[in-house]
Amino acid sequence: MRRIISMLMENEPGALSRVVGLFSQRGYNIETLNVAPTDDPTLSRLTLTTAGDDKQIEQITKHLNKLVDVVKLVDLTEGAHIERDLMLIKVRAQGALRDEVKRTTDIFRGQIVDVGPNVYTIQLAGTSDKLDSFVAAMADVDILEVVRSGVAGISRGEKVLSL
Amino acid sequence: MELLSGGEMIARVLEDEGVEYIFGYPGGAVLHIYDALFKDCKVPHVLVRHEQAATHAADGYARATGKPGVVLVTSGPGATNAITGIATAYMDSIPMVVLSGQVQSHLIGEDAFQETDMIGISRPIVKHSFMVKRAEDIPVMMKKAFYIAASGRPGPVVIDIPKDVTRPDEKFEYRYPRTVKMRSYAPAQRGHTGQVKKAAKLLLSAKRPVIYAGGGVVQGEGSELLTSLARELNYPVTNTLMGLGCYPATDRQFLGMLGMHGFYEANMAMHHSDVILAVGARFDDRVTNTVGKFCPGAKIIHIDVDPTSISKTVPADIPIVGPVQSVLEEMGVQLAALREKEPDLPDRGALERWWKQIDEWRATHGLWTGRRYSESKKIMPQQVIESLYRVTDGNAYVTSDVGQHQMFAAQYYRFDQPRRWINSGGLGTMGFGLPAAMGVKLAFPDSDVACVTGEGSIQMNIQELSTCTQYSTPVKIINLRNNYLGMVKQWQDMQYEGRYAMSTYEDSLPDFVKLVEAYGHVGMQVTKLADLDAKMEEAFAMKDKLVFLDVIIDPMEHVYPMHIAPNGSMKDMWLSKNERT
Ligand SMILES: Cc1ncc(C[n+]2csc(CCOP(=O)(O)OP(=O)(O)O)c2C)c(N)n1
Repeated sequence: MRRIISMLMENEPGALSRVVGLFSQRGYNIETLNVAPTDDPTLSRLTLTTAGDDKQIEQITKHLNKLVDVVKLVDLTEGAHIERDLMLIKVRAQGALRDEVKRTTDIFRGQIVDVGPNVYTIQLAGTSDKLDSFVAAMADVDILEVVRSGVAGISRGEKVLSL
Repeated sequence: MELLSGGEMIARVLEDEGVEYIFGYPGGAVLHIYDALFKDCKVPHVLVRHEQAATHAADGYARATGKPGVVLVTSGPGATNAITGIATAYMDSIPMVVLSGQVQSHLIGEDAFQETDMIGISRPIVKHSFMVKRAEDIPVMMKKAFYIAASGRPGPVVIDIPKDVTRPDEKFEYRYPRTVKMRSYAPAQRGHTGQVKKAAKLLLSAKRPVIYAGGGVVQGEGSELLTSLARELNYPVTNTLMGLGCYPATDRQFLGMLGMHGFYEANMAMHHSDVILAVGARFDDRVTNTVGKFCPGAKIIHIDVDPTSISKTVPADIPIVGPVQSVLEEMGVQLAALREKEPDLPDRGALERWWKQIDEWRATHGLWTGRRYSESKKIMPQQVIESLYRVTDGNAYVTSDVGQHQMFAAQYYRFDQPRRWINSGGLGTMGFGLPAAMGVKLAFPDSDVACVTGEGSIQMNIQELSTCTQYSTPVKIINLRNNYLGMVKQWQDMQYEGRYAMSTYEDSLPDFVKLVEAYGHVGMQVTKLADLDAKMEEAFAMKDKLVFLDVIIDPMEHVYPMHIAPNGSMKDMWLSKNERT
């Protein structure tokens, strides 16, 4: 099953490589990875998605918690949560397809953030599924480049991941 | 406040931390540190002959004393030479602090002379690592390193130190913190009371219990508590290779080691048990044999300070995360309370039948209830260990290398105390024995220290004979000389129809007696069983001499019992070359 694991870790050199190294060392898989500093500059928030059975996920979270740089961790998929993946996608948009791309973008509530005579760059945020669907909907369009941020997530309601 | 340079701070921290020995080897990147040690440091430095030996010596010291071993090596090749020893300590959860030199900060990343990414290379084999950026950070960083190395599940910590932060001309205020707190590191302090209660109940309901205790009991200083708990309940105890000594081997309730080369009675009892109390053990593949067939009727209570060890391979029915001492203490209280209410527990009749069964297993194939090894005109390896045991009254610190000799030592030397049996169990590092023995002997100069080895393993760090000369560490090296990489040969006998691919040395072995004499030590060869005890006694009588006992043994002997693999269970064993369960 797909899981979204999110953690606060020390904003120290080497911390990220320890997290990533753990996955390769133990034969686990990272599907997406997103990391950036928080409002507290000494802490980074790292969110990753991975897949595995319950036993594997339990081991993964235990190992992550054991890393000295990891301060606190939550498996967002255990409760109600919001997840967002951000995609920037550059497509060839010429002739009739220009309107078609625009319409599909509107349907998905995306934005065209850069326009050229032959290309559009579209920004789209949402769940990974939604982004996948958008890419699928662009089947007839020449996709030039896709950039995704990886999933960032947060729990719904009062629940927070903080110190 | 006192002003010190980075190098001086390192020397001072080692003093303030109460470090007894530094094991190391100098080089360009650590010269400022060495100069500081030379000028003003009360902690003696042991100059090894290879950095791998520095880590093993520090490791041996740590295993024998329970205190972190300290290593100092230079950048590049010094650091990479230390890697095997760091991995060895990591696999067996041994507290160690490794200070590695690094090129100057401004050269990092430029493939400078003797630059290597030590933090990167060591990452999967350390508990944690630090890179020093500023000299001012040294005291706190080192305090953290010692704290992390020794607390929770212990392990090695690397501190990588660029040369410029140790320069003598820049001084900073020095203050060594007495304690450190880290928001991101908080090892469990005690077990969950509800879980301990549940475990106590299950334990008392057992009809065929086994206590399976590992290295965590040794590391966590839980031996006494475990022993009294087991005695209180009259439950049988088995130890892992790493746990030997945490329960007295000469006690009636001890079943011997379990696992691949474990005792028949220990493996049989495990397989047929209904409740297993696992303490500080990790269900290693060398213990379980095929996981899917592991102890089919057993409910498992698993106590460990490291949550990742629990349910990693074998699922625990009652997991308890916490230090062995506090958990066992609480368990004792809970057991007493339960038994007050229900004095009939545990079921004495059932326990009596269980012991009867165990005693039968023991009597038929136990290694200590009869001679189980083959008759031969040659000296049998088991006899050498028995002789060592007799001559040292079972009180020696015994280090070993890796191979058949290691298993014979584990089987035939009966350890009654923890921290006496010192071997590389997890990584299985040949070359561990001699440097580890040096570290132990330095820690306990008045105790007998024996290194049980083979002619293959000893040659992996034989250069340390020179270190032993320099620091007068009169260990006794017991070389079980079979002229083969014996354990490899055993597998080749059993699985490759005796095709000895690269497990012999032809006629290339040195004359070990002459070799050790060249280093200033005493060498003796033993070829006849009749001389064995006398030579062994002679060796240990020479208190101030390193003695190398080159014992020519029967090269054809195998280690038994041996688990049948693949697809075997705990109870599937070879008992001799042609006898199996
Ligand atoms: C560094 C290292 N290399 C290889 C091995 C694989 N290995 C395990 S036991 C063994 C043979 C050891 O021979 P020896 O030291 O003579 O001991 P014996 O088995 O003959 O008692 C080998 C090569 C190892 N454990 N460690």
